[in-house]
Amino acid sequence: MITLTINGKEVQTPEGSTILEACQQAGIPVPTLCYDPDLRLAGSCRMCLVEIKGRPLYAASCVAPAENGIIVETESPGIVAARKVILELLSARHNFNCQVCEKNGNCKLQDYCYQYGVKESRFNYGEPTNYPINDPNPFFERDYNKCIMCTRCVRACEDITIARAISVDNRGHHAKIATAFDGNLTDSPCVFCGQCVMVCPTGALTSKVSAGLGRSYEVDKVLTTCSYCGTGCTLELNVKNDRVVGVTSNRTETGSPVNKGALCVKGRFGWDFINSPERLTTPLIKENGEFRKASWDEALDLVAKRLGEIKTEFGADSMAVFTSARVTNEENYIAQKFTRAVLGTNNVDHCARL
Amino acid sequence: MTNSIGELEKDADCIFVIGSNTTENHPVIGMKIKKNVLQNGARLIVADPRRTDLAKIADVYLPHLPGSDVALVNGMMNVIISEGLADLDFIAQHTEGFEEMAALVAGYTPEFVAPITGVPAEDIRKAARLYAESGNSVICYAMGLTQHRTGTDNVKSVCNLAMLTGNIGRPGTGVDPLRGQNNVQGACDMGGLPNVFTAYQAVTNDAAREKFEQAWGVSLPSQNGLVLTEVINKAHHGDIKALYVVGENPMMSDPDLEHVGEALEKIDFVVVQDIFLTETAKYADVVLPSVCFAEKDGTFTNTERRVQRVRKAVSAPGEARVDWEILCEVATRMGYPMNYENSEQIFEEIRTLTPSYAGISYQRIENGGIQWPCPNEEHPGTPYLHKEGNFSRGLGAFTAIDYIAPGELPDEKYPLRLTTGRSLFHYHTGTMTRRASALNEHVPTAELEINPEQANALGIADNDLVNVSTRRGRLEMKAKVTDTIAPGVIFTTFHFTETPANLLTSSEFLDPTAKIPEYKVSAAVVEKI
Ligand code: SF4
Ligand code: SF4
Ligand code: SF4
Repeated sequence: MITLTINGKEVQTPEGSTILEACQQAGIPVPTLCYDPDLRLAGSCRMCLVEIKGRPLYAASCVAPAENGIIVETESPGIVAARKVILELLSARHNFNCQVCEKNGNCKLQDYCYQYGVKESRFNYGEPTNYPINDPNPFFERDYNKCIMCTRCVRACEDITIARAISVDNRGHHAKIATAFDGNLTDSPCVFCGQCVMVCPTGALTSKVSAGLGRSYEVDKVLTTCSYCGTGCTLELNVKNDRVVGVTSNRTETGSPVNKGALCVKGRFGWDFINSPERLTTPLIKENGEFRKASWDEALDLVAKRLGEIKTEFGADSMAVFTSARVTNEENYIAQKFTRAVLGTNNVDHCARL
Repeated sequence: MTNSIGELEKDADCIFVIGSNTTENHPVIGMKIKKNVLQNGARLIVADPRRTDLAKIADVYLPHLPGSDVALVNGMMNVIISEGLADLDFIAQHTEGFEEMAALVAGYTPEFVAPITGVPAEDIRKAARLYAESGNSVICYAMGLTQHRTGTDNVKSVCNLAMLTGNIGRPGTGVDPLRGQNNVQGACDMGGLPNVFTAYQAVTNDAAREKFEQAWGVSLPSQNGLVLTEVINKAHHGDIKALYVVGENPMMSDPDLEHVGEALEKIDFVVVQDIFLTETAKYADVVLPSVCFAEKDGTFTNTERRVQRVRKAVSAPGEARVDWEILCEVATRMGYPMNYENSEQIFEEIRTLTPSYAGISYQRIENGGIQWPCPNEEHPGTPYLHKEGNFSRGLGAFTAIDYIAPGELPDEKYPLRLTTGRSLFHYHTGTMTRRASALNEHVPTAELEINPEQANALGIADNDLVNVSTRRGRLEMKAKVTDTIAPGVIFTTFHFTETPANLLTSSEFLDPTAKIPEYKVSAAVVEKI
C-alpha cells in the first residue's frame, strides 16, 4: 500500500494506482472529460489536473502514479484557474444550445462550467465551428459543433467494438472526429453499436430514436435483459410517464456481467417496437373469416371450451402447444405444465431448432 | 455453452468458429472475440461458406461448402492424429470410443476431404495444427452447424475434436453453441420440449414423471410428444385438431411455408398468444394479446447458462396480459386451477423441481445472475462444465461419424446451394425489428448474396432484381454481388414477410435425432428478371 495526502487527508491506495484512482477511492471528486475507466488512457483533456507540493508542473491525475508521501491538492486556486482556462478553451468551439440539447442535465461540460462558474470564453478563434449535422444513419446524431475532442468515442470504437470506424482527423482547432474519408458512417466499418454514444460526455453524439422523448433527469432507469439474441446483455430501459423512451447501458461489472455496458445496434436502438401502434390490445375472435374484438372472459371461455371438447373427442395427443424461446423461464415452465398437466400430452416444443 | 462468454475475450488462445456469423448474430460476443484476436493475440480459425467479418481477421479461413462440416472436422482430426498432436493422456483418462473414431477418420485425409468441402488440403492442415497446438482452444458454433440433416452429427464431430485435444474443462476451452434467441436456453431448461421436463428430466423416466405427478397432482403422459416439425406434418394429415401458439411465428420461421400454411388451415382450432398480429396469428381462431419483455417480470437464461432478471418497466398496452397469467386462466377454466401471485412464486416452484436451478433465487440474482448448474443456495454457479475432464456421464464418448451429403444437392435444374441466416439489424422473424423504426429504415428489405463469378455468368449486376427458386417456391429480391460468399453458394435472410425465405427451404430433410430441418442447404436457381 501507498500512503499519500490528498487535500490534507491521509489516503491509502494499492501500489500501481494513479492519483485519480486514489482520489476516487477516498471519495474525493476530481473532474474528468477524456478519462474512462474501461478505455485506454488518453491523458489529454487536462481537466483532472492536480497540484503536487514541491513540483513545478501540474499533473494529469489520470496518468500520474500515486507515490508514497506526496501531498496532493485537487482544488487549489491555481488548479481552479487552470481548469477555468480549459473550460473556456472548450467552450470557444462548443455550440451551447442546452435548451434543446438531448444531453442537458447529463453533460459533463455543462456540469463543470456550472461548477467553476465559466459563463463565457475569453478565447475567440474567429469563426465558430460550423460542421454540417447530416449523417443519414437512422440511429444517432453526430453534431461535432458540440464535440470537445475527448476521443472517448474513438477509443470505445477501437477498444470495445473493435470496429475502428472513426478517428481524429486534422489537428489543433480544426481537429475533428471523422470516418476514414470524413464521410458518412454508413460507408464506414461502423456497426451502429452506439458504444461511442454511450461514452460521449457531451451532446455531440445522441440517439435519434430517443430524440425529444425525455431528458436523463426525467427518466427512471430499469435494469433488465435484452430480448433479442442469446448473449443476454444487460440494458437499462429509460421510462418516462409509463413509456419506454430509450435504452442506456449500465457499465458496472455486477450490474452488467455479460457485456459491461456494451450493446449492439438492436439492443441499443431497436426498442421502439414496444410503443408500436400495431401492438395487440384486446383479444380477437375470428368470425366468418374476420377478426372481431372480444372481452377476455369471452375469449378465455371459448378457448377453454374448445380445447376441452377436442380433448374429449379426439384425445389429448391431437393437441399441441408451441411455447417460445422469446418468453421468460416462468412462462415456459407454465406453458409445459399446462400442456402436460392440463391438456395431458407431451406435444410441447418451441423453435430451438429454427 | 460449456464455458463462459467472458473467456472468449480473456482465456482462449485459439478460437475455432464454425457455422456462426458471430459479429452479426451475437454481436457483443463477436466484439469479445475480435478483441482477443486483435489486441490479445489469440489465434482464430473460421469455417463458413461466407467470408464473414471474423473470417476477414482469421489466421486460417476455411470456406467450406454448406453441409460439408463432418468431412471438414474429420479431416482436421485426421491431421491431428497422424501428426501426433492428439492429447493421449486426456483420451486415456477421460474418454471412450477413441479407437473406432480414429479408425474412421483415418480415411479422411485432407486430400480426400478437399474436394468434398471445397477447402484446400493445406488449409485443413494449418487449421488442425493451430487448433491442436494452442494452449486453450475453444470451438464456437451456431445454426450454421446445426441446421442440417446431419446437425447432430456435426455437433458430435466438434465434440470429438475438443476431446481429441483435451480442450475441455478449463477456462478458454470447450464447445460453445451460441444460442440464437434471448431465452432459447431457458425454454429448453424449462422443459419446453416434447421429451423432457425441466432440467432435461425425461418424461419416459418413471421416477421423474412420478415426481412431477406428485408436485402437480395429476397423472402425466409417459410417451414422448411430437417436435414442432412433426406437429406441422401431422396437422397436414389432419391429425392435429388444436394448436396453441405462445409467441412463436412458424409461418415465418419454419421450412417450406406453403406446407406450414396448409397445415395450419387444417387444424380445427388455433390459438395464438402474441404481441403483434403475426403471420401465424392470421391463421388463428382466437388471438390473445400478451406483453413484451419491458412489461413483465421474470428471468431469461442466456447462452452461457446465466439466469438473469427481466424487470417490468412499463404497463401493458390496452388489455394485454402476461403470458403465464393467460395460460393459468385457461387452465383454471378447464378445471385445473393454476394460481400464482407473481413470477417469483413460479420461479420458486421451478426450483423445487429443477436440480440445476435449485440454488438460484430472485434475491440471489438481483445483482448479476448465476450460471447453472447451481444445486444449492451456497453454490456460486458454474462458469464452465466438465472441470478437469470430468464428464457428467462418466467418460466422454467419441463417436465415429461418416460424412453424409446434404439431402438436396445442386443438380442441372437447381445448380446452386441456397443458405439462409440473419442480418445484424434484424431478429428472427422480424416481428419486433421490422417495427423498430431505425432498424427497419436502415435495412428494409432482403438481398440475395451472390458471388461475382456466378453473377457474371448469369448476367446479374449489383442491385438487379432476380428470381430465386427452389423446388418449393420462388421469391423476387435484389441481388447483392459480393465476393464474401463462395462461388456456388447464395445467401439470404429470413426476416422479411415480403420475401419469406422459408418459402424456399425444405422440411423434407430433417436431422434424425434433433429433427432440425436442413435450412442451410437447398438446391436453388437464380434468374435475372
Ligand atoms: S456506433 Fe459503434 S462502430 Fe459505429 S462509430 Fe460508434 S462505436 Fe464505432
Ligand atoms: S464526439 Fe463526444 S466522445 Fe467523441 S470526441 Fe467528441 S465529445 Fe468526445
Ligand atoms: S444487445 Fe445485441 S448482442 Fe446484446 S443481447 Fe441484445 S441483441 Fe444480443
